[in-house]
Amino acid sequence: MSDLVRNIIRFAVFIFLQVYVLNKVPHLHQYITPYLYYLFILWLPFSVSRMGLLIVGFITGITLDFFMMTPGLHAAACVLIAYFRPFIINILTPKDSSEFNYREPSPKALGWTPYLIYTFVLTLFHHSYMVLLEWLSFGSFLHFLIKVIATTGISMLMIITAELLFPRRLKFRTNTS
Amino acid sequence: MRNIFLFIRRYFTFLTFLVLQVVSLWFLFTYNRFHRAKGLGVANEVTGWFNSKYNMAEDFLTMKEENRRVHKMNDSLMNLLSANFLKTDTTTLLVTDSVPFDTLGHYRQYLYRTAQVVYNTVNAEKNYFQINKGSKDGVADYMAVLGSDGSLAGTVLNVSQNFSVVMSLLHIQNKVSALMKRTGNAGNVFWDGKNPHLLTLTGIPKSDSISKGDTVITGNYSESIPPGKMVGTVAEISKDEATGFYVLRIKPAANFQTLQQVFVVENLRYKEQHALLEQTKKEIDNPKQTNR
Repeated sequence: MSDLVRNIIRFAVFIFLQVYVLNKVPHLHQYITPYLYYLFILWLPFSVSRMGLLIVGFITGITLDFFMMTPGLHAAACVLIAYFRPFIINILTPKDSSEFNYREPSPKALGWTPYLIYTFVLTLFHHSYMVLLEWLSFGSFLHFLIKVIATTGISMLMIITAELLFPRRLKFRTNTS
Repeated sequence: MRNIFLFIRRYFTFLTFLVLQVVSLWFLFTYNRFHRAKGLGVANEVTGWFNSKYNMAEDFLTMKEENRRVHKMNDSLMNLLSANFLKTDTTTLLVTDSVPFDTLGHYRQYLYRTAQVVYNTVNAEKNYFQINKGSKDGVADYMAVLGSDGSLAGTVLNVSQNFSVVMSLLHIQNKVSALMKRTGNAGNVFWDGKNPHLLTLTGIPKSDSISKGDTVITGNYSESIPPGKMVGTVAEISKDEATGFYVLRIKPAANFQTLQQVFVVENLRYKEQHALLEQTKKEIDNPKQTNR
């Protein structure tokens, strides 16, 4: 399966999972909203250019926004993490380029610890920015802090679960391909 | 000039990032101010299509509960049928027919339309649901939406051709006038964004005697919401020390998680009432321009 087809399918799966499963779970607590859809942006191949990342991020966000009737909220957060993704990958990958051996970020490609740091930092960016935008219209600062921490916690839990449940079989990239 | 082009080329990615951010924020803030955004109508049609497909599957799971509520509603309506009452005096027969008004002066003020909820959340601070009736079916902004058991569920915010977006009662910007059924004191119902099983009612004076389980119904002062519809029952009573009012926690009558069939209520005199109110406001604001 080519990268393009694989990512289009992944896009649909993540959006529908977010809209019809995670947004539908019975109310847990006012501070906890389960978010997983942005993992799609974290899983995009290394080969996507920075411009491409920004545009794909915007489309992902705005699609979810139209389902959740909050135009712009998730799009802004997605564009932010799409912009910072290449910088964080650059910092975390060793220079002897495991980056070039695998197609996309995964625990296998980066190693578990760098991969968790990578997801944690971008999750934190995404949730802080999104909750900040929500917080501008209502709520207190404490509300903002607790919500960012709680939502980041639940998202990290789901990302780790997703990685353990669906280990992606990534082909080792050789010179011939 | 050359330097400007070089600058743009060098920071092209960053500039795109800024542009996309500005577009997103513009979407977000215009939506919040006017409760709608450009292009949302088209998107509404698309998401509505997906949502109605999903809803077909979900209906199977919630049908039993829904049937029970509809049956209860039917039961209460059956009791109102004129056939249930004996007429002792045939000379004073009262005839009410179904045309908008008759010669006796019975005006129809509220018109009910049925609709189906295709998407619904309770997790966010701003909850909306989507229904499968739109401007083609006569639904317009600010109409009230009632659950299948006649309890208040929300207000229509945005309409496309075949679908509408409804602001649920569980929305932190929502405020509805309500009154205590037993004593008739009026107050405001809103939601604090915390627990979807509890609303808050303020504005009931402490002199009122309130007990747990008292019924709260919609007030008479709304332009779009029909009066006397169930909002909920009192669950907790606390007194606000600073003012002379109670802060009451209300258990909503509508179950927002299993909302399926709803009624959209149109106030047929909404335009006239609203125009009068606007006109009055204008005259009070600019007293010089009016002739007295």
